[in-house]
Amino acid sequence: MLLLTCPHCGIAAEETEFNPGGEAHLKRHGPGASDEDFEGYLFLRHNVKGPVLERWRHSYGCGKWFLAARDSVTLQVYGTYPASLAHPSDEVGDSVRAAHPNWRTQI
Amino acid sequence: MAEMTALARVTRVEGLGMVTIRADLDRAGDAIAGASGLPLPGRVGIVAEGDRALGWMSPDELLLMLPHAELADALTDLREALRGEASLVADVSDMRCVFDLTGEDADQVLAKLSPTDLEMFPPGALRRTRLAQVPAAFWRIPGGFRLIAFRSVEVYLRELLETAAAPGTWLDPR
Repeated sequence: MLLLTCPHCGIAAEETEFNPGGEAHLKRHGPGASDEDFEGYLFLRHNVKGPVLERWRHSYGCGKWFLAARDSVTLQVYGTYPASLAHPSDEVGDSVRAAHPNWRTQI
Repeated sequence: MAEMTALARVTRVEGLGMVTIRADLDRAGDAIAGASGLPLPGRVGIVAEGDRALGWMSPDELLLMLPHAELADALTDLREALRGEASLVADVSDMRCVFDLTGEDADQVLAKLSPTDLEMFPPGALRRTRLAQVPAAFWRIPGGFRLIAFRSVEVYLRELLETAAAPGTWLDPR
């Protein structure tokens, strides 16, 4: 059971109040892209063992999308940040590196 | 043996007008406060004065609740105040059902149904969350809670609340 804090309304709730939206920070490759780029955008995910960056939606609450860093092994939630950020906030990054000193984002 | 009573009473509230207001609250907050006659609630808050209440629903959405008779005037005032803003003022009175859950153990009824820490839920806070399988919102009123949910799940919600409030189902250890 994950405990997530929505960065928009500040409410900390367990995961049944949210909906997962898959990997975060995907770069869209649309019309005109090469087949390889489009395939990567549609199908290929990092799926790492360890810290992952994910999209979540506070679907039963304020309805807004946000991003979260959590660990796919320990289920520890390192932090959440608004979906408008292109990278995890420094606070979230520090929190991840406290557990994984050599961690770098997949972005 | 003393007769056991329900944990809380479930009462349907009728005649409440509701207006959804969507706008950039930083820009249009003062205009909304002026037109609705209530101060703007803070994040996840609700302000109630007299028979009106203004609740914070999301970073760009407010819900104004007022007696149905005052609805038409309120819609006109709000639309006038938000002229020129990218905004929405919609009468959603028929969209939701309203229940009052009152009684000493109303907290326990909601604790059974929602992932909300009611110990950390003071008066003046509005919580949009989940009651079993349906989305709902609630806030404290004198003697209990007021709940809103979509009208399409009204029957489900009533039965849910009455079941969770069934006599003898206290959460306290015996």
